[in-house]
Amino acid sequence: MKLSRIIANTGEWLSGSGPDDQIVVSSRVRLARNLTGRPFPGWAKKAERVAVLEEVRTAVERIPEMRESFSEKLEDLSPLEKQVLVERHLISREHAAKGAGSAVVMNAAQTLSFMINEEDHLRMQAIRAGLQLREVYAMISTTDSELEETLDFAFHDTLGYLTACPTNVGTGMRASAMMHLPGLVMSEQVNKIINSVNKIGLAVRGLHGEGTEAMGNLFQVSNQTTLGETEEEIIGRLDRVIRQILEHERNARTILLQQRAETLLDQIGRAYGILCHAHSITSKEALNLLSFIKMGVDLGLFPSRFRLQVDELFIETQPAHLQKGLQAVKMGAEERDSLRAALIRTKLKQMPEPEIGKIPTNGSAPNASGTTHPSEEP
Amino acid sequence: MFCDVCKSKEATVFLTQIVEGKMQKVNLCEACSKEKGVNDPTGFALADLLLGLGAAQEIERNPVGSRCRVCGFSQADFKKTGRLGCSACYDAFAEGLSGMLRNMHRGNAHTGKVPARYAETRRRDRELAGLRSELEKAVAEERFEEAASLRDRIREAEERPAAAPVAEVNRIAELPLGLPEPTDPAKRRKP
Repeated sequence: MKLSRIIANTGEWLSGSGPDDQIVVSSRVRLARNLTGRPFPGWAKKAERVAVLEEVRTAVERIPEMRESFSEKLEDLSPLEKQVLVERHLISREHAAKGAGSAVVMNAAQTLSFMINEEDHLRMQAIRAGLQLREVYAMISTTDSELEETLDFAFHDTLGYLTACPTNVGTGMRASAMMHLPGLVMSEQVNKIINSVNKIGLAVRGLHGEGTEAMGNLFQVSNQTTLGETEEEIIGRLDRVIRQILEHERNARTILLQQRAETLLDQIGRAYGILCHAHSITSKEALNLLSFIKMGVDLGLFPSRFRLQVDELFIETQPAHLQKGLQAVKMGAEERDSLRAALIRTKLKQMPEPEIGKIPTNGSAPNASGTTHPSEEP
Repeated sequence: MFCDVCKSKEATVFLTQIVEGKMQKVNLCEACSKEKGVNDPTGFALADLLLGLGAAQEIERNPVGSRCRVCGFSQADFKKTGRLGCSACYDAFAEGLSGMLRNMHRGNAHTGKVPARYAETRRRDRELAGLRSELEKAVAEERFEEAASLRDRIREAEERPAAAPVAEVNRIAELPLGLPEPTDPAKRRKP
């Protein structure tokens, strides 16, 4: 399969639906595995890396889920193509920096992706829309079991799966959920949440993981520890915390509507105004404003049929995605900013102004997708 | 304010990190920060970052297995990169790593998923160990008839092949079975 076909379609995790997907954008689980007795990628010589690459890639391409797949060596991808994959969370920034001896394999739905010779010999991830960590883990664990029939994964009697970095040893698992938390940001509660989540051994990070800024009010919540608990225990703990954050976000939105409805409407209205009329906009500003529009859709101020369009803009306005269709030489930042503004104007052209009358003043937020609101639960 | 490492020069690099909710502050002078690789975040020892200054040195001081026999990786390399050389490094540097793993994780033993093939080998090893200790006991207590039957069971268990090694699994999968391939109905319809 050609990369262009992958790029042309947004991934299932973005266009598909899942439980609580208004606030939990996606659930992701990755497993780190290594081959016994072979040096880890960071320590291996090029020939050793190439040998591991061939062995792992053959095994991955052979499993049934990968019958229709895209598979490419990193050295054969252009910097722009790599960046597109990073923006879609299909490969890491670290992997994109790799050259000879590394590869990426993914299925057509973009729900399964494999990084070969990133920090470990194999890092495989499953990603789905909404909050469904258990299902996503089941998916990647099945894949892992299929692969272990042909690959001899390094496993230690007491330490479990062995990884290049001791922070991943044991399960080798990192489970995470991408959450959209404008309510908690606006009510200045998000730092409190981040601190308390950190205290219980979970991490909250920005849009692209470790060391990245939180843009567009998007936060990644994930487990920090990998040794001493089963995969199910880790996911159970993470899932409980995510559900609590979800509840706090809903409460924050309700309180904003009750006490600061004017400010909320002002923010959403301004975001709409700027996005519909700007002629130059940075990706950071675009994401932060799109976040308000997304919340506006959640609150019923915009028709729900525009949800996918808004969600897609979060990805489509990223630097590499903007340039993906164009064969031109790499654009400068200013050129990108005006292209981005034009794209947003076109995409939001059909979108009506926020319907202020729709805003509920009795405090219960409407729910566009028709799922049960927490306050309606017994 | 003086540098925490050399304690003689003025500190100009201030590092703050939060480990499990506890804030740790490290103040370094220009020279010491360079030496610790603080200017280049990727080169800064992970052990130091996670466990506070000095953890990496502690691992380094430990003389046991200063190089991995399988891949030649040294503790100095670990200090520099925060990554290990190969899966055997976990045994080579076990002593230095165990304290670090305890601080990093919620336990020091894996309780999760086990590869199927490994589980089978482990089951057989445990079975054999159990039988052998029973045999020893039977001999010591002069229950010779029972000992003889235990000896036979051990022999039988030893001869039973453990889980097929990977290479063999591969070979089996690739053996031409000589069975007729199912015809694809979609293809048949084509002229």
